[in-house]
Amino acid sequence: MDVTRLIIVAVGGQGNLLASKVLGEAALLSDIPVHMSEIHGMAQRGGVVESAMVFGDAKSTIISDGHADILLGFEPAEALRAIQKCNRDSTVITNLHPIPPFTVAIGKGKYPDLNQIQTLIRNKTKRLIAFDAVALAKKAGNVLAVNMVLLGALVETGLLPLTNEQVREAISTRTRKAFLDINLKAFELGNTAARA
Amino acid sequence: MHKLLSTEPGKKLLLLGNEAIARGALEAGVAIATTYPGTPSSEISANFFEIAKETDFYFEYSTNEKVALEVAAAAANSGVRSMCVMKHVGLNVAADTLMTLAYVGVKAGLVILTADDPFMFSSQNEQDNRYYAKLSGIAMMEPSSVTEALQMIAYAVELSEQLQEPVLFRTTTRINHSSEIVTTGEIPKRITKGHFQKDPFHYVTVPAVSRKLHQKLLKHQKAARTISDSCPFNFTEGSGNYGVICNGVSYNYVSDAIKELKVQDTIKILRIGFSHPMPSALVTDFLKGCDKALIVEEGEPWMEEAVKAIAQEAQITVLIKGKGKHFFSRLYEFDPAMVKHIMADFFGLQYSPVQPVDISGIPEIPQRPPNLCAGCSHRATYYAVKKAAKGLDTLYPTDIGCYTLGLLPPLSMADFLICMGSSAGTACGFSTATDQKVIAFIGDSTFFHSGIPPLINAVFNHHNFTLIILENGTTAMTGHQPHPGVDMNQLGYSGYGKVSIENMVRAIGVSHVEVIRPYRVKKSIEAVRRALEFKGVSVVISRELCALFAKSLKISRGKPFYVSNKCKNHRDCIEQLGCPAFYIEDEKVKIDADTCIGCTLCAQVCPEHAILPVKASL
Repeated sequence: MDVTRLIIVAVGGQGNLLASKVLGEAALLSDIPVHMSEIHGMAQRGGVVESAMVFGDAKSTIISDGHADILLGFEPAEALRAIQKCNRDSTVITNLHPIPPFTVAIGKGKYPDLNQIQTLIRNKTKRLIAFDAVALAKKAGNVLAVNMVLLGALVETGLLPLTNEQVREAISTRTRKAFLDINLKAFELGNTAARA
Repeated sequence: MHKLLSTEPGKKLLLLGNEAIARGALEAGVAIATTYPGTPSSEISANFFEIAKETDFYFEYSTNEKVALEVAAAAANSGVRSMCVMKHVGLNVAADTLMTLAYVGVKAGLVILTADDPFMFSSQNEQDNRYYAKLSGIAMMEPSSVTEALQMIAYAVELSEQLQEPVLFRTTTRINHSSEIVTTGEIPKRITKGHFQKDPFHYVTVPAVSRKLHQKLLKHQKAARTISDSCPFNFTEGSGNYGVICNGVSYNYVSDAIKELKVQDTIKILRIGFSHPMPSALVTDFLKGCDKALIVEEGEPWMEEAVKAIAQEAQITVLIKGKGKHFFSRLYEFDPAMVKHIMADFFGLQYSPVQPVDISGIPEIPQRPPNLCAGCSHRATYYAVKKAAKGLDTLYPTDIGCYTLGLLPPLSMADFLICMGSSAGTACGFSTATDQKVIAFIGDSTFFHSGIPPLINAVFNHHNFTLIILENGTTAMTGHQPHPGVDMNQLGYSGYGKVSIENMVRAIGVSHVEVIRPYRVKKSIEAVRRALEFKGVSVVISRELCALFAKSLKISRGKPFYVSNKCKNHRDCIEQLGCPAFYIEDEKVKIDADTCIGCTLCAQVCPEHAILPVKASL
């Protein structure tokens, strides 16, 4: 089976570890080999959280620079920061809702312009899908569902060896029942955003 | 029921490496486990802690790794299968025990897990703990994957019983924090109680006994070497005249590279999973069929040295390369592309590397370092100390925990750090060797771990510094594990004692002790000032629950605050405190009401008293 490599970057607290867990569980339900790794020591202290997922017949759990087929950014500046994981043929999906790092508030650095971020990513990779996932999460009923919105967009691209149905099933069995309707709604809104 | 207790054999689960290791311990019949928490090992013990609540499995958070190993060693010598879990630097603390425990040996299996951290994702160094196996003379296992980690624990426990020695189980961060679909085995019935058979001339390590025990250890090592040669975790793959010897996660990168380069008939692999003692007969046979060989291992040239020694012994002269210029580095972790590149280069293989995107034209993206949480009590303590020490030539030795993040601006309250407990130890030296005002910081869990002996030293040798003990009621950095100062009843656990830091500090003989509540800013500054004026050892205990922990316990704080129109933009709040609840909008400081926990620190700091609690009507 072909190998597909996915990098997910987020800011601590955005729920990307649950997102990668849902994908992993979907792979388990669908009998697809998956290896993943994450660096989350500082997740609760506002740092960057990165997950790598390798689907298919490979043993490595990390992804070298240039080797990601897909980069999923939960935050636009973090998507740009991780761009060296991509090559010319990579697809980038990013939330456009910025979370300025605290260093900006204390005058140590300037947050890059959102249009510039999109132009740069678009010019350097094969395809960029960018939208405000926070707005869609709110529309679904909970701002915390931003991870499900982004999963919806990711799976809709058809680049992963997983279908919308398989991932929906993983969401149904692996996320909290109280949020299930909102999560599924958010996932669908993400599907639609990627089709636009 | 805890998911790792599933009794359905053959069940497929998506598990984190650390969960798989915990499951492996259950499948191995381990009944007693101990630890001091440390990333990347922490989730192993977090799972043990939960499992112990539901079953007859015994688990404890010990005060430090040395104590943890002694608890496990006694259990194993009483006939109970045991495991002791720690991060790599923890083994430095437990090394004294380890070295002579190897002489004494064990009766039931004892696995000592060391979680190494190449690249130092969350550690102060990236020491290669494989040397501890060689130094102590015990056997060592190293898994390459999550699945293998699960399976290898049972093997390691049985190996330990066969050799009557503890076994070192060495992982790296990319095993601990990787996930994979694993298939569970059966959980046997645990033997939770044993009986210690007295045999003092075997167990009491006076010189005459130890001289015999060292002979015994060497005999066990010889037996281990034979087992290593036939161990199923040392295996060969592929064929050809080129050889790669690898271990741990490097095996995955080598294996993927061989597949991608389609050289399964050119390069063969010797994967080492039982790495001490090295399987010398296996290595000799492997090298005999090679024109040249490459050793792929993260960290130090540990296998490389062993393989070269084995080759010399067997008079094999093939080229063996590993570390060095144009080859592998001793620094940091490896990645698949790096391994593929060096392999292609060394073996002269056709290969066109993937080019990462050109990063020219990308503006500098502001850094996003981790920060103390909104409302973190450490921030309030640092502020009070900074104000109290104004005008003094200060020096701030610090320690290991969340408060180390005080290193970063705008707090900038950390000047020197080596390891757990070094704040108080180095404060003794700095106050002797300089005339600077030495103010050291240590967390409560770290104080219990290794801060007490240096404080006793300070009192005895009459040093002159102030030790600030940050008592936030938990081991926050590693995920809120309890420590001896925690009231476990409050957390819903029974059967625990409690040790008061304040009573202990007074009992040690510190004559000037202040206890502050750091959110009371003015009183705290005054108390710290009094402690700084004292000649000799003074201690300030800053007592306030970790904000993140309080949130998880659903302990409600005050209302969030906002910046009212009285603000004259001094920006003392944001520039002196650096709380992540602040943000700038239209050149004005704002407070994110969802992030603010209402600690009131900024409201007390604002010169215009412009920061006010959010009213219900707003």
